[in-house]
Amino acid sequence: MASSERTVLQLSSSSQNLSAKVPALVIFNICDCYVRRPDQAERVIGTLLGCVLPDGTVDVRNSYAVPHNESLGQVALDIEYHHTMLISHQKVNPKEVIVGWYSTGLGVNGGSALIHEFYSREVSNPIHLTVDTGFTNGELTIKAYVSHNLSLGDWQMAAQFQEIPLDLRMEEADGVGFDTLKATAVDKIPNELEVMEASMERLLALIDDIYKYVDDVVEGHALPDNNVGRLISDAVGSLPKLPASVFDKLLNDSLQDYLLLFYLSSITRSQLILAEKLNTAAQIL
Amino acid sequence: MANTMAKSFLQVAATEEAAPPLRVIQMEGVAILKIIKHCKDHSPTLVTGQLLGLDVGSVLEVTNCFPFPIREEDEEIEADGANYQLEMMRCLREVNVDNNTVGWYQSTLLGSFQTVELIETFMNYQENIRRCVCIIYDPSRSDQGVLALKALKLSDSFMELYRNNNITGEKLREKNLSWVDIFEEIPIKVSNSALISAVMTKLKPNTPVTQCDYDRLRLSSSSLMERNMEFLIECMDDLSMEQQKFQFYYRNLSRQQAQQQAWLQKRRAENMTRKAAGEDPLPEEDPTNHIFKPIPEPSRLDSFLITNQIANYCNQINGVSGQSLNKLYLMKALQED
Repeated sequence: MASSERTVLQLSSSSQNLSAKVPALVIFNICDCYVRRPDQAERVIGTLLGCVLPDGTVDVRNSYAVPHNESLGQVALDIEYHHTMLISHQKVNPKEVIVGWYSTGLGVNGGSALIHEFYSREVSNPIHLTVDTGFTNGELTIKAYVSHNLSLGDWQMAAQFQEIPLDLRMEEADGVGFDTLKATAVDKIPNELEVMEASMERLLALIDDIYKYVDDVVEGHALPDNNVGRLISDAVGSLPKLPASVFDKLLNDSLQDYLLLFYLSSITRSQLILAEKLNTAAQIL
Repeated sequence: MANTMAKSFLQVAATEEAAPPLRVIQMEGVAILKIIKHCKDHSPTLVTGQLLGLDVGSVLEVTNCFPFPIREEDEEIEADGANYQLEMMRCLREVNVDNNTVGWYQSTLLGSFQTVELIETFMNYQENIRRCVCIIYDPSRSDQGVLALKALKLSDSFMELYRNNNITGEKLREKNLSWVDIFEEIPIKVSNSALISAVMTKLKPNTPVTQCDYDRLRLSSSSLMERNMEFLIECMDDLSMEQQKFQFYYRNLSRQQAQQQAWLQKRRAENMTRKAAGEDPLPEEDPTNHIFKPIPEPSRLDSFLITNQIANYCNQINGVSGQSLNKLYLMKALQED
């Protein structure tokens, strides 16, 4: 009896601890689409592809833009385009399915609810990613949302967009090098030795930092922090304690191995040059 | 009217002919990331895709790309692939992506990309687009924290020889072409839109050390070296096979020449006797005789490609061992500290 009188505002979605992982490629793609948007278009939207991990995390892996038109509360989405692109993408990578959609701009607006409804028909519980390419607050705001339907009985009242935690994964971008991706123009891709040098320099800088910190603490300039101390001691402890003679032997053995390989490949190269000369010079008259 | 049109087309063609040679590939960050994603996702399967962009003077801009599905040896599916390509191009044009093919990319395993197929694909592309490039990405080397991205094209002189099927010793000597001259590597520039540059500056994590640094400073590189050496040895075997082919050819050739000489001497002696007897001399050549049939010279292409691969492996071994030496000395310095 009591239950029938109570009107329940239901949250229809169950997953509460949803989060999203977004790789740098998707952000790049969105920015590129935004730069190439048609005249007068205020924002670009597109489909996010990826998969849902067993723990409920949405792993976004790819994206493509979908042309659309927005005017006075009406949204026209090129659904045919969306489907063609989806089929094309799945030919390459069948494991990537629709997980949601993205839009540029800050936050959610009226049109978003309509588009979200469309994507809800494509996949259950899609996520919505917004990238504020306009730097509206002078900040770069990237947010992910899921939508909850507020329903009164069977009657849909509204959709509520709830923000979910977002994890920007930068490993791929890291592989290319942030310095390369950050600049508008880089003359050449750094080669192996240059990146190695940069890494070594960073390592040395870190060691210098640690020295400085330890010296400061010892001399009483800085407040000691037990956690930092423990981490430093772990780092030092991870170096194997070896007697000098054993270490030298190890080092020299490896050095010799590498020198041997070096020698071998150099000798192969000179043989190649020689063989080539003999081969093309050889002719029977 | 039609005449002037034709003329102007001709003029256009003529001016294009004089275009400056390709000096630099300018890639957008988004294209690089897309290539890396596609190649890594499917590694160790080798994959390819199409590069889109613009041809501006001596710079070839690569602004976007799209992957090809993994190909299967089936005609129906092949037609499907062509459809896929057209569809994709059409779709990308709709969102204002540069809709101009400038080449293709492919992944490789430790740089074993110098194959006849690569050359053939190149020739196919070259037929349709005058200036094209192949971007090679090696996902196996990214474990070392290295971005192994290369832009290649075939050299003009090699292309000419290949088109005329003329890869024989004589022609190569004439053109002074050696195995180093098959491929030309073109320097890659990276460019990003101002928006991406701003976004990246905001997003750059503040950690002083990245995963890449760990990868680069890892001491062990033996598995990489091992595989490199394995490939090198395989190539060496192939090369010696090729050499045997040539030896066989030369042996046959010299045998044939000796036979020809013997035949000629016999014929001359016969002619002398005929002359003495007052008869007409017999001709000094007999095309019907099998010993005058030229023996086909084996193509040098295979041995050239193998040589190229070996040189590539040698370079990689040199590079990795050089880096490892650096790391060992760094280790030594740390231990002494």
